[in-house]
Amino acid sequence: MVLELQRPRPIWQIMFSTHHTDIGLLYTIMSVAFLFMGGALALAIRVEMFAPGPQFIADSMTYNRIFTVHGTNMIFLFLLPFASAVGNYFVPIMVRYKDMAYPKLNAIAFWMIPPAAALIWLGFADFGWYAQPPYSMISAPSPAAEMWIFGLKILGVSSILGAINFIVTILKCKHPDLPLSKVPLLGWSFLSSSLIVLVAIPTFAAALLMLLTDRLGVTGFFNPALGGDPIAYSHLFWFTFHPEVYVLVIPAIGMMYEIIPRFSRKPIFSHSSGMFAFILLSIVSFASWAHHMFATGMSFTEKTVFMVGTLAAVPASAMHVFNFLATMWGGRAKYSAPMMWSVGGIALFFSAGAGGVVNTAMPLDFITHDSYWVVGHFHLFVFGTIAFGSFGFLYYMFPFITGRMYNELWGKVHFVLVLIGAVLVFFTQHILGLYGMPRRVFDYPPFPEWIAMNQIQAVGAVLLGVGMTIFLVNLIYSSAKGKEANMEDPFGLGGKYYYPYQAKNPHHD
Amino acid sequence: MSGHSNWPEWVYIGVVVALLAWVGAEAWNIERIVEHVPENAEVIKVTGQQWFWTFEHADGTVEKGELHVKKGVPYKFEVTSKDVIHSFNIPDYLVLMDAVPGRINTVWFLPVDEGEYPIQCREYCGLIHYNMRGTLYVEGGA
Repeated sequence: MVLELQRPRPIWQIMFSTHHTDIGLLYTIMSVAFLFMGGALALAIRVEMFAPGPQFIADSMTYNRIFTVHGTNMIFLFLLPFASAVGNYFVPIMVRYKDMAYPKLNAIAFWMIPPAAALIWLGFADFGWYAQPPYSMISAPSPAAEMWIFGLKILGVSSILGAINFIVTILKCKHPDLPLSKVPLLGWSFLSSSLIVLVAIPTFAAALLMLLTDRLGVTGFFNPALGGDPIAYSHLFWFTFHPEVYVLVIPAIGMMYEIIPRFSRKPIFSHSSGMFAFILLSIVSFASWAHHMFATGMSFTEKTVFMVGTLAAVPASAMHVFNFLATMWGGRAKYSAPMMWSVGGIALFFSAGAGGVVNTAMPLDFITHDSYWVVGHFHLFVFGTIAFGSFGFLYYMFPFITGRMYNELWGKVHFVLVLIGAVLVFFTQHILGLYGMPRRVFDYPPFPEWIAMNQIQAVGAVLLGVGMTIFLVNLIYSSAKGKEANMEDPFGLGGKYYYPYQAKNPHHD
Repeated sequence: MSGHSNWPEWVYIGVVVALLAWVGAEAWNIERIVEHVPENAEVIKVTGQQWFWTFEHADGTVEKGELHVKKGVPYKFEVTSKDVIHSFNIPDYLVLMDAVPGRINTVWFLPVDEGEYPIQCREYCGLIHYNMRGTLYVEGGA
């Protein structure tokens, strides 16, 4: 595809480039860096929770800041930019265009992220990643809260610019001989997720401004003392961020659609059902936001409506799972690292979806809500599904980016350690939630079940840490010293399936 | 996009939809029963604030951090908050309701076993959220 590192260029040539593969490389490097920064915070949280009483984190304020920045960082600075990295590399190639539709806008969207990240990391706010008022309005200390608000504001604009770019590239710049229905499913995933971004993000952008003016004391949108309603913020927030879950998961599914048929050496079972499921998911993603709010005192009718809206998302997700399994069925699967990550991701996607059905069944929601169950549930999505798909795809892109192969054995060790770690941490969290442990607590009473399950989690977290360290070393070492990849067929799958590496970067020639 | 038939997928989707319809119908029915407050329920006003719970019984007695109730009597909690959002939770009785300033949310329960049960806050509310705990004492009599 690009051979970025095989033919070294001065770093500023990459930094000031507007070519889609250069921006894809910048997105990749930045998102992986933030993955490890956020991962370090996660490890700190799990080790702190190893036993009741403070372990090594000094006070609850520090702990609260850590889980806030961990969540914000992982969603906005790892998962979203990594999806943009993949989109930047592959969308123009898949629609057979020379670049993104608006290359400068693309570069601007990328370069908005580092200052936003600096605001979030230097501010180190403490109100959890959804900044629920009135806490975020009357209790959260300045200037951390303002820095977080402005950071998220900038990231929102960046997302919108990126989404416009993907939509225009796919709809207006695709090759005239290529009908939209023949665009590969990875391209379709970016079309659907970008459309969701355009509809969803402005709501949160408005809520952020309202929160800011509320904090400044000039308005009272969410301030009950001034006649406002904090639940209004929840509605605005989740109207953006429930669809945002799909913005994250849809590209990850698209990545699996790229990997699974290639490594099964078999065409995809049904391209049209994949497209249909993407479209369906983008629509129903807007019908379920208030399932996060059943316990805020919603009426029976409201809860029923949002339960039905949530359940409606399940058949579309199930279609994807079916499509994957039917593609693998009878194929000659080759379990290289990308394939292992994809298959693991599908298994955890299924578990996460099953847990989601439990959450939305109204009486059961009151058992799982705001407990550790919920933490386990969404981590099965964001880590078990989306990050698994992303790791697999990073291995898959690796030879195309660097011209070298990663170490396959260590890629598999990475997978095994992280799968075991993820199961130990996130499945245990589900059970711990059923035992009643609330989320976002710095300390807990010494109930024997709670202690045991937190210790299992700490062990799992350490396994995750070891696995991810292997990943990092593998990436760095192999990009410099790995064996040269056979660019015609780096994974040895036979030449029948094309790799989208033919696009040339004009700066290289 | 090959010409093969897609019927297994439609059968599978049909099964999934049927399962979901069953889950949804059961959930709807149970929630309808669970939300029906018995008419003889005694009202307890629950107020959350950073970082403790206050309980006001129907007879005017006020308790802080502790709640004494009688076995076999249904109670209706009227939950609200003085500052930020909290969530009133008795995990052993599956009682969970957000305490939202400016709103009164209701939830009810029927204590059936004597003993001590933890009360906690399930919505992040700041510095001492982790220790915004209390104890429910279910006593005999009545």
